Amino acid sequence: MTTLDTLTENQRARIVDVDGDDGIAVRLLEMGLTEGEEIELLGFAPLGDPIEFFVRGYRISLRKSEAHRVQVELIEV
Amino acid sequence: MTALNSSASDSTSADGPSRPLKVALIGNPNTGKSTLFNALAGLRARVGNYPGVTVEKKIGRVRWDKRDIDLIDLPGTYSLSPRSLDELVSVDVLLGRQQDVGQIDAVVCIVDASNLERNLYLLSQILELKLPVVLVLNMCDVAAARGTAIEAEALAEKLGVVVVQTEAHRRVGLDALQQAIIDSVSRDGIEPPALFPDAFYIERDQLAEQLAEWNEPAMPGYLLERMLLDVGGQVETQLADRQPERGLSALATARERLKEAGCRIPMTEARVRYAWAREMLTGVVTKSAARRVTTSDKIDKILTHRLGGLLIFCGLMFVVFLSIFTWAEPFMGAIETAQGWVSDFVTGAIPPGALRSLLVDGVIAGVGGVIVFLPQIAFLFFFLAILEDCGYMARAAFLMDKLMTRIGLSGKSFVPLMSSFACAIPGVMATRVIENRRDRMVTMLVAPLMSCSARLPVYVLLIALFIPSEQRLERGLVMFAMYSLGVVVAILVAWLLKKTFFKGETPPFVMELPSYKWPSPRIVLHRVYDRSKAFVTRAGTLIFATTVIVWACAYFPGDHGELNAVVAELEQLDSMEEPDEDLVAALSERQNQLSARLIEGSILGRMGHAIEPVVKPLGWDWKIGVGAIASFPAREVIVATLGTIYSLGSEVDEEDAGLLGAIRGAEWPDGRKVYNTPVALSVMVFFALCAQCAATLMVIRRETNSWRWPIFTFAYMTALAYVGAFVTYQVGMMFV
Repeated sequence: MTTLDTLTENQRARIVDVDGDDGIAVRLLEMGLTEGEEIELLGFAPLGDPIEFFVRGYRISLRKSEAHRVQVELIEV
Repeated sequence: MTALNSSASDSTSADGPSRPLKVALIGNPNTGKSTLFNALAGLRARVGNYPGVTVEKKIGRVRWDKRDIDLIDLPGTYSLSPRSLDELVSVDVLLGRQQDVGQIDAVVCIVDASNLERNLYLLSQILELKLPVVLVLNMCDVAAARGTAIEAEALAEKLGVVVVQTEAHRRVGLDALQQAIIDSVSRDGIEPPALFPDAFYIERDQLAEQLAEWNEPAMPGYLLERMLLDVGGQVETQLADRQPERGLSALATARERLKEAGCRIPMTEARVRYAWAREMLTGVVTKSAARRVTTSDKIDKILTHRLGGLLIFCGLMFVVFLSIFTWAEPFMGAIETAQGWVSDFVTGAIPPGALRSLLVDGVIAGVGGVIVFLPQIAFLFFFLAILEDCGYMARAAFLMDKLMTRIGLSGKSFVPLMSSFACAIPGVMATRVIENRRDRMVTMLVAPLMSCSARLPVYVLLIALFIPSEQRLERGLVMFAMYSLGVVVAILVAWLLKKTFFKGETPPFVMELPSYKWPSPRIVLHRVYDRSKAFVTRAGTLIFATTVIVWACAYFPGDHGELNAVVAELEQLDSMEEPDEDLVAALSERQNQLSARLIEGSILGRMGHAIEPVVKPLGWDWKIGVGAIASFPAREVIVATLGTIYSLGSEVDEEDAGLLGAIRGAEWPDGRKVYNTPVALSVMVFFALCAQCAATLMVIRRETNSWRWPIFTFAYMTALAYVGAFVTYQVGMMFV
């Protein structure tokens, strides 16, 4: 088990949980980062943060600190 | 129709069949909701603010099927889980709790057909409001291109709402939508599906009983649910204000019980709603098996590339910057020329006197002062609308975010701040893309610190004063220093504001990166029109009034009799074939002297004298003081004011040799020169940091819907400018 911000480019993972109950956690959940969903890292912004992901059929940008809230299991290829 | 349905503020909504129906439009960002609203309501939308918040209120009155219908465009949102007063507005409107809107008769929920699952999250919340709902599947063409097939009828059946398919940017499906809206208002609200486990509804009912026991006003079921679901949300906050101790502890224990029942908050809501969304879409939406690599994916690969993306972004920003800085120039020149013609015409038609001066120096200058900003506003919003509509703006925020977080803002603040280098007015207006109120306010309040194009004449004049023209490098360096000063101070102020007035939990930067598409000319032009109109109608009158007041202060009191006689004589000479050159020169000289004396004796001049002790530590004499006061409506006015005060007439520009000579020759009563390098620098620093721009302040008032923030901006910037000029002069004098 690891967190979403540790993924490398084009790596995929399955979401296990989202930490916290504040605005950021709620927004992550609302955007569809729920338990069991598959998510893929697409790329990084110039300074390595934020990070672009693909989830539920669309692209989403998360800051490193936000991605760190998401616990995932890597999907081995 | 009963009295319950009448809204308090709308005078036309008297009870009876004539009450306009209210239909709210809501949807996720990037679903084409505003495009759809504009297509339905045309250009007639009334724009204002909801009281007490910075949320824009947009209502378009249409007349369909012999009924008046008010279409209410709510801000784009991913959910109806209010975490701030601004976010609560949409919920209150939909629940009929917003006094100035009244009861809502139906909701139109616009969703992106190519991204249905996530969009249905919002729909599932809307369904719980028990209103008639029309679901609009917009961007069906994009969905089809991605290999997504949607069976609209089957979906309508499953959801129990009317479903309409549209392509708003091509105006496809609008008639069907119009009909669906007309039909929906007469239908009953739908019965929402019970998505949550029973334990949740039991808790909700217990909470309602508890609140009733505490004599709390009754509230709709949806808000009770929000109170339980949103930890630290707006509904909870409001309860905590009224019931500080027991309110929060009751919620905490209720949530604890829910957790034990396997209903963890906040996870539960997302889990049940997304499960519902997936169930609704099963068998209705079919996607082509493999995830296609679309053109949009390929473009994104380049535009968000760590190096390439950054270079393209810089290039794009350069073009946008250039456009407001230089391409708008000819248009602004043309407006000034036209203003000159009108002034000349009035001058020719009316004899010299107070009326002519009011018209020429007050009214025409005031109107010109408003219109002259239009080219910059139009150019900026032309480019921003293109970038926004094609989906690039989200990428720009993505690329610049890390840099901006260092000063406590987000990537979304970058473009508005950058635009402010050309002109703070469109910059402030462009802050609307920032949803978070605190970030938006901070961006707006520091935007006027960026050195705008109106500061340029002031810099040019003063640099020319103390650096000879052959020292190009030194001139360039001082200019660069002035621009950097604004940026550095803006960073410090932004950081400070985020630590004081606008501190709070860091807003999420969780943001959708929408697919790229071709921008629609109609949408782009509409945006340009909309922004320009907003500026002229909402800020224009106040800018105009300010100009006229400053004119009056410069004109009264004073006996203009001799000046008028001299001017009349000059004009008569002017119309002659061969005027006596010496006489003209003598009269012009006299005219300039009289003007200078009159301005010295005017309210403005007296104010200048009165503040001399205040500006003396800056190294200024009363004339510079007058210049600073007179340039309150617009800072570049100082050049013309100095021209008048130094008896050169006001027709001077920043590179006028006569003006430079007069300023260099200016002396204190004891014979010392007024201007030396520290004084010139002190004036420049003052103008770099001051808020001498009525137009910007009025736009801040309009955008924040309050006088508090323009006053705050003016106060803090003037204080900074004063301190900056003081330090510059005092330190500078140590080296002279």
